[in-house]
Amino acid sequence: MRTGLIALVLASLAAIFAACLLGSTPMSAQQVLLALLGLGEQGDQLVVVQIRLPRALAAFAVGAALGASGAALQGLLRNPLAEPGVLGVSASASLAATVTLYYGLVAISAWVMPVAAISGALVATMLIALTALRTASAVTLILVGVGFSSFAGAVMNLLMNLAPNPFSLADMINWMLGSVANRSFHDLALAAPFLVAGLLILFIGRRGLSALTLGEEAASGVGLNLKRQRIFVVLGTGLATGAAVSLAGVIGFVGIVAPHIVRSMVDHDPARSLLPAALLAGLMLVLADIGVRIAQTSSELKLGVVAALIGAPAFIWIAMRRRTVHD
Amino acid sequence: MTDLEHTSSPLFDTGHQLEVSNLTVRADGMTLVEDASFQLRGGELVALLGRNGAGKTSLLRGAIGIAPSASGWSRLSGEDMARMPSGQRAKLVSYLPQNRPLAWPNPVRDVVALGRFAHGVALGRLRGADKQAVQRALVACDLQDLADRSTATLSGGELARVHCARAFAAEAPLLLADEPVAELDPYHQFRVMDLIRNYVDQGGGALVVLHDIVLARRYANRLIWMKDGRIVADGPPEATLDANRLAEIYGVRGHVEGARVVIEGPLQG
Repeated sequence: MRTGLIALVLASLAAIFAACLLGSTPMSAQQVLLALLGLGEQGDQLVVVQIRLPRALAAFAVGAALGASGAALQGLLRNPLAEPGVLGVSASASLAATVTLYYGLVAISAWVMPVAAISGALVATMLIALTALRTASAVTLILVGVGFSSFAGAVMNLLMNLAPNPFSLADMINWMLGSVANRSFHDLALAAPFLVAGLLILFIGRRGLSALTLGEEAASGVGLNLKRQRIFVVLGTGLATGAAVSLAGVIGFVGIVAPHIVRSMVDHDPARSLLPAALLAGLMLVLADIGVRIAQTSSELKLGVVAALIGAPAFIWIAMRRRTVHD
Repeated sequence: MTDLEHTSSPLFDTGHQLEVSNLTVRADGMTLVEDASFQLRGGELVALLGRNGAGKTSLLRGAIGIAPSASGWSRLSGEDMARMPSGQRAKLVSYLPQNRPLAWPNPVRDVVALGRFAHGVALGRLRGADKQAVQRALVACDLQDLADRSTATLSGGELARVHCARAFAAEAPLLLADEPVAELDPYHQFRVMDLIRNYVDQGGGALVVLHDIVLARRYANRLIWMKDGRIVADGPPEATLDANRLAEIYGVRGHVEGARVVIEGPLQG
């Protein structure tokens, strides 16, 4: 477990370094290192520190937020298919963010969009948690999430339908597809406080997720405060997912795939899966974003598109392998 | 080999007493439990009997304060159960609910360790008193050899022992178990009841929902009979178990001769 975590941290650092190295302007490792240290040529510094590094960090942060949120939602809802994307949390966050774009509210303050995205995510997470109170069926819950997702998508389509000009249309499409291109340290700084707060809340509340393995009744029997546990997960995933969406738009499925891969390494304990799932999801998005950047396509592929192309088949595979006993 | 064997004195402080008084539990406009009063103390095994839907589960939930009571109260050693923080409650009363779905295929040892959640256990970092308590529970339920197995690979009987071990690992002075032997073959029913009896012999107090009158007669010190949400009788088997009781509670015809109970069939008309 410990060696696994160390390996994930090292691999993530290596991937972020590789992301600074690779790209349309070829650079040597030495050039990148010098640029990262604030030395070297000004052109190199510009490319590495202003463009590639913040982009790679944004990909990692978004992945970490989605991986941890997915692991926490799966623990809370006791279902390996729960994830911010599937449950409509990302779509709601993205809808709220798009509304601020559409009405030009972003001009008021740079904080408007992250706050809107987080509010959207919190509302959706709360609705999901409320639904989970009413139904024991995981299938119902996922269907309700799919409903949220579709509804948010429909409102987005309405906004696009009514878009006043092609520029706002292009802006919105960028949001929906999900990307970390051209993200600056300024964008990171706006999302970071919420993202870090969300991750901290999830991490502090992780022990209760182990108890939920026993089912809610027995979990409260062994001393879990269910209400507090739900609030922790709702707040944590709302903040982290909202911040991720404000940074990158909608990026789906990484929150399912990463926890699924680490689960067997942590004895299927949702609490222990949180940290490795966050690291692995961050690593996956950094690698996917490198792929997006070096792929020779007529216009740059969007990270969210690639994540869904890989993630959706993985989702289907996980769903098909599930034992149906608990539904 | 374990602490269990050289403790001749009770393992548990038998001074704890659960006292339920005039408890009424309602949900969705229905009265599930009405005006129920009973006590449970260390060193006794009490069977709670009654038809499906008689309110047995609701009485257990009301007694430990996880189902809100409409009136009446439940106290443990003088403290109101409904207001007790969940962690403190879990250290005093182990609760084994009727539905025991395990969401993930965790190793047996981890599931048993969750019994010590209120003591601050984090899975994968078991140590000190928690580690010993988990080990004692595994030994008591004969699970040492299965400790590292995934619960997804166990039989129903093995799984029932895992749940018992989970409940015992808390080493709480009282245990409330809702149908711990449901769906088990006769051999495993005896095994699970022996485990609970052993817990009681060490000073624990157990309230166990049962549907098997023969098991109740054989293991319980006291029987509590419920019908339509009310407790209709509470006393030792010799005093409360007879043919009339079986007819009244279950609508079945049967004989009771000493420790022998024979159920013949449903009452006609």
